[in-house]
Amino acid sequence: MKYSSQMVAKKYFIFMLILLAGEVLFGLILGTQYIAGDFLFPEIPFNVARMVHTNLLIVLILFGFMGATYYLVPEESERELWSPLLANITFWIFAVAGVTTILGYLLVPYATLAELTYNNLLPTMGREFLEQPTITKIGIVIVALSFVLNVGMTILKGRRTVITVVLITGLLGLAVFFLFAFYVPDNLVLDKFFWWYVVHLWVEGVWELIIGAILSFVLIKVTGVDREHIDKWLYLIIAMTLISGIVGTGHHYFYIGTPSYWLWIGSIASAVEPLPFFLMILYAFSMSKQRRIEHENKIVLTWAKGTAVMSFLGAGVLGFLHTLAPVNFFTHGTQLTAAHGHLSFFGAYIMIQFTIISYAMPIMRGRPHGNGAKAQKVERASFWMMVIGMLGVTSALVIAGTMQVFLQRLPDVGALSFMATQAEIVPVYMVRLVFGLMTFLGLLTYFYSFFVKEEA
Amino acid sequence: MSERITKSMARNIYFGGSLFAILVFVGLSVDTVQKVPKLSHAENITESVARGKNLWEVNNCVGCHTIMGEGAYYAPELANVFNRRGNSDEASFKAYLNGWMAAQPLDEPGRRKMPQFHLSESQVNDLANFLIWTSKIDDNEWPPNIEG
Repeated sequence: MKYSSQMVAKKYFIFMLILLAGEVLFGLILGTQYIAGDFLFPEIPFNVARMVHTNLLIVLILFGFMGATYYLVPEESERELWSPLLANITFWIFAVAGVTTILGYLLVPYATLAELTYNNLLPTMGREFLEQPTITKIGIVIVALSFVLNVGMTILKGRRTVITVVLITGLLGLAVFFLFAFYVPDNLVLDKFFWWYVVHLWVEGVWELIIGAILSFVLIKVTGVDREHIDKWLYLIIAMTLISGIVGTGHHYFYIGTPSYWLWIGSIASAVEPLPFFLMILYAFSMSKQRRIEHENKIVLTWAKGTAVMSFLGAGVLGFLHTLAPVNFFTHGTQLTAAHGHLSFFGAYIMIQFTIISYAMPIMRGRPHGNGAKAQKVERASFWMMVIGMLGVTSALVIAGTMQVFLQRLPDVGALSFMATQAEIVPVYMVRLVFGLMTFLGLLTYFYSFFVKEEA
Repeated sequence: MSERITKSMARNIYFGGSLFAILVFVGLSVDTVQKVPKLSHAENITESVARGKNLWEVNNCVGCHTIMGEGAYYAPELANVFNRRGNSDEASFKAYLNGWMAAQPLDEPGRRKMPQFHLSESQVNDLANFLIWTSKIDDNEWPPNIEG
């Protein structure tokens, strides 16, 4: 570690991992409710558990992005962070606001939470992933602005690299597109149309700039490949991301009351969306092959390659599977969507966190060459448990979604009802839950790797 | 492949390509916003429909159900529930929905549970009006059949 202010990142990473444990735990609750419908009812109804599950996911990714940024920006900019104090203050504001919001979901009925937080003054609640009370959303904007200010000042006053410029572009985009969360028109179609400005343009747009930058930083550090070469790859990947991803938003505009030209435009643009993820695989593997140094922290490269491969499978392959309008007509809103969502979030946005944490955390703990061989072995086991676990979860969901299509959607006569179809799928949901447990055990194993004693 | 592309070429593809994509997307968005009122029959969004949408939101209905395919996948699609459960008849749909909401949670062990939301009759009617309006949106003939 070259700059003491990089240390700010540590608490972001630790808190991110704690939230991740909660996120997976609530995933297990949801998986159980898919099998036993009255599990934990009325204490934790499905919608509450799902809100906790998805909101924890979003918040933990933001914490991870912030931690990664605070770690890499000083090193890239070759100067201390503009204000470590501000970084510490925003950590606590964000952490307290996040935990309070989650407790709000769990402790009072949602409608009561809306009343308590004066949602009627500026109604923004009750839309998928954006369920946070308006006051929390305002808090998120304030945290994001102070974060962007802090990082932006550091970058402006220091050395500018392609990595930091791409990163700050992504972070600015994240902050700007979130503002659409405050626009809730009475017309459901317009509401949905601009809701995707937040959701799609985050996950299939600006967030990919952020993970591209983080991945590039780590690859430079552990492979020693020439920066010019890395920069070129980064530009190419994010170029493909934005060219396909921005207009690719159209694959959400097929069946929600928007004009029918989106059927063509959305299909064509989003058919290109796997390309940047495929480039990312080529990138990670060829940088690894061309490496000029043998970094002793070997597990980092495993995570980096894993991120590329799993995000390609989740976002690229599972995305493409149902992105063409004629296919999507039958798969829209089935478990296939859930399969795609789970594997792409895990592959792209969770595995990138493990990548940067596996690189940065040992350094911040005084081990510049990475953890000892024993700890890395444990970490490698956790890598495979989580990867296989998530592949199992999502394969089961692909089967579940396919069953929905064939039992409920395709038949002209004798189609099963939604509830009857779900009853048929229960055995598949059981398989899903088993793989979910495996993922959770993998995460616990990962946690354990932090506590493996170093051999002298 | 990458050997033939220089860093400045890559940068130009990034800036040029992104700018192009943004312009196309903004243009199409402007056009969409102008066409949505007709496709959604915005003139039929009464105060009751708007109140119904707000009830839909503050009770987090989308946390279990889908509406036009979006939401959670735990409970049935509701954009066409007016046709499925109300036979496309407003009076019978409202009667059905009032009865259904009052009966929750159903006392069937193991069945997925819908909470009791304690809505008044006029609130349920607002919700019904919102769902009736939604069912008439021109959404390219989705879903494929009545089961949603």
